[in-house]
Amino acid sequence: MYTDKVMDHFTNPRNVGEIEDANGVGEVGNASCGDIMKIFLKVEDNIIKDVKFKTFGCGAAIATSSMVTEMAIGKTIEEALELSNQAVAEALDGLPAQKMHCSNLAADALHEAIKNYREQNG
Amino acid sequence: MKHIYLDYNATSPVRPEVLEAMLPFYREQFGNPSSVHWAGRQVGGALEKAREQVAAFINASPAEIVFVSCGSEGDNMAIKGSLGALKEKGNHIITTTVEHPAVLETCQALEKEGFDVTYLPVDKDGQLNLDDMEKAITEKTVLISVMWANNETGNIYPIEEIGAIARKYNIRFHTDAVQAVGKVPVDVQKAKVDLLVISGHKLGAPKGVGAIYVRRGTRMTPLLHGGHQERNRRAGTQNMAGIVGLGLACEMAGAEQESYYHRVRALRDKLEDGVVALVPDIKLNGTPNRDQRLPNTLNVSFAYIEGESLLLNLDMYGIAASSGSACTSGSLEPSHVMGAMCVEVTLAHSSTRFSLGPETVPAEIDKVLEVLPATVQRLRDMSPLYNCGRTSDNCETCQTIKRI
Repeated sequence: MYTDKVMDHFTNPRNVGEIEDANGVGEVGNASCGDIMKIFLKVEDNIIKDVKFKTFGCGAAIATSSMVTEMAIGKTIEEALELSNQAVAEALDGLPAQKMHCSNLAADALHEAIKNYREQNG
Repeated sequence: MKHIYLDYNATSPVRPEVLEAMLPFYREQFGNPSSVHWAGRQVGGALEKAREQVAAFINASPAEIVFVSCGSEGDNMAIKGSLGALKEKGNHIITTTVEHPAVLETCQALEKEGFDVTYLPVDKDGQLNLDDMEKAITEKTVLISVMWANNETGNIYPIEEIGAIARKYNIRFHTDAVQAVGKVPVDVQKAKVDLLVISGHKLGAPKGVGAIYVRRGTRMTPLLHGGHQERNRRAGTQNMAGIVGLGLACEMAGAEQESYYHRVRALRDKLEDGVVALVPDIKLNGTPNRDQRLPNTLNVSFAYIEGESLLLNLDMYGIAASSGSACTSGSLEPSHVMGAMCVEVTLAHSSTRFSLGPETVPAEIDKVLEVLPATVQRLRDMSPLYNCGRTSDNCETCQTIKRI
């Protein structure tokens, strides 16, 4: 059902955890559909220096969270805002069709965290 | 890696003796039992022997057994066939909110055609209130359909009492006994059921065969038209090999009923006690009274984590279980059984069913208890709901989880 890349990110998720002095935090999803993703950002000089995540959800939710952290690190805020859920799914060599609309929210969580960073930092 | 199969409520392996008994019916005994010549006559006896084996297993007469292709067909036939035959009498069905989709969706389809259906609620342990059932009966009620045991929780319903209520009001009674047969004693006379459905692959026979018990004198309209087979009750050439397999599987399950119950129950209790002792923040789904649950079933929710990710992690150790999570059902909603029991939604998504079988051995339970606590903890450490720092005053999810 899942690609090797999804299973790799699910079994060895990158950047799990919280950033204590994060300057941007975003959360998306809801419990009723079974996926909640929280992204923590450390932004310096407009560049994402560190990203961590915590996710409640299925294999696809955890794998997309892990993948988005890898894709976002080192990017500028503007570049990170260009990242789409679709791009995250493609980087994982695709997701099962039924997961595309429910568990593919990681880029949204990243964008929420960036929004929160901008609110905090003018 | 050794495989540990704990999903017997989904399906079971074909027993070796059953497969052996089936093979001649793919080879030399290939005849159609409806044929008059030697090839047909060769298999006619085996068909009737299987009918006797299934009948003896549930205390019925052979003529009351109709072979079908699966449990879902049996449930469709019982409900649609009854409503068709009883059209003049009434148009009201009473069933429950926790039935298998084969019953629930059949009832929903009939509602669209104008039939009335009452779906009885269950309490937080998944139990029915029989007073509710009696109150729901109207003069238009023609069928009561209640499963013998629930596939997700393993709850066993009071079938004898429901049968007595149905008799008292002269209402036909159908039970989906797919999960019950082989696991607990099933006797159609004691239970006073009129229609009872069995599926082969849940008890060591192959997929693609089942049976329905139709009490003598129970009028039915057929679901399938086109042949005189099964005394005009079910058209279609019989699945001879499957039917022979089902017959033997029933005979074996009947002979082993007691020893199976005690052995599997001991292993399930060991698993249940172990999970309760080793994993904090869990919720048992179904009745806490183990005597009123199938001996092989444990359904438990692990707070803060989601079911599919737990299943995938267990699968890495070779452990096969199942979940009521939306992600495993192909829909956005978690299990309707958890919903009917008002299980909080994140806990419904984490509901995990372990269902044991005759082939389960103690070492397999030990292995599950060895890997489960750390696996759950690993996912909890990844979850934003676990130790989220919010107090229970401002975090609704924490509040709900704390209540368990």
